[in-house]
Amino acid sequence: MMGFARINWFKYSSPQAFYPLAGRLIPWCAAAAMLLIGAGLYLGFFVAPTDFQQGQSYRIIFVHVPAAWMSMFLYVVMAIWAGLGLGLNARPSFMMAQAIAPTGALFTFLALVTGAMWGKPTWGAWWVWDARLTSELILLFLYGGVMLLRTSIDDSRRADRASAVFALVGVVNVPIIYFSVRWWNTLHQGASVSMTAAPKMAATMLMAMLVMTLGFWMYSLAVTLARMRCVILERERQASWDTPPSQQDALEVS
Amino acid sequence: MQWGSVSEFVAMGGYGLYVWTSFGVTAFGMLWEVFSLRRRHAAAREGARQSFQDR
Repeated sequence: MMGFARINWFKYSSPQAFYPLAGRLIPWCAAAAMLLIGAGLYLGFFVAPTDFQQGQSYRIIFVHVPAAWMSMFLYVVMAIWAGLGLGLNARPSFMMAQAIAPTGALFTFLALVTGAMWGKPTWGAWWVWDARLTSELILLFLYGGVMLLRTSIDDSRRADRASAVFALVGVVNVPIIYFSVRWWNTLHQGASVSMTAAPKMAATMLMAMLVMTLGFWMYSLAVTLARMRCVILERERQASWDTPPSQQDALEVS
Repeated sequence: MQWGSVSEFVAMGGYGLYVWTSFGVTAFGMLWEVFSLRRRHAAAREGARQSFQDR
């Protein structure tokens, strides 16, 4: 980590150079994720006060909101890599998009499940066909489509391009999710946090939510880098640059 | 701090089932992803080593 200033960043655009760099970054991201999620859980359960309307069930937002934010953010990042891949015809960019998709899908699934857990006691229903919930479900299908399209095409170059086009088209759904609570009369509540207005929640609640979000972000970085290393190994089978067996203990995925 | 006892904490004001299911599913999902990536990386490295030896 010390020699960061001397790094020639162009060198790392090749999979061969990216592989060991990712291996060195993963433990730091994982450690940051664990610290932040630990701190977020402490803030969420022991510092944040009880909500006067919802009682303790509101504490679900400390996983629900970070998961939902990450589900949208990761989709946009995936679409940017997909677009870069198409524009520059760059295989590493397609590989990044490939490495991000499953983590985005996981967070979308978690946002839906934790949302149901919150909806049942609060609204009396696990699920309603409300614009916010429906567009988030469509996001899960979009992630599924991006991944399925890749696995269903044998030629990796065509698979890259097809799933990248699909990912780019699907990105229109992200602003729909975000603004759904404003554009439609939804059962899902409006944004508690926005760029333009003061947050409508206690400072400690907001703090817990933001710390958890940062933790999920670091987690996403760690697992995406780890998956990128898998993808590199799987796709560059002629991997003569892979580490000799003697050094492999240093390359454990965390 | 709003918890008088451990059982009060577990009960979550009557919402324990919903709160702990949410946190449990999330923890399970994230840990599952980490472990499945460890397995996938081990398999990918084995595959890469074999194709290197074959040449």
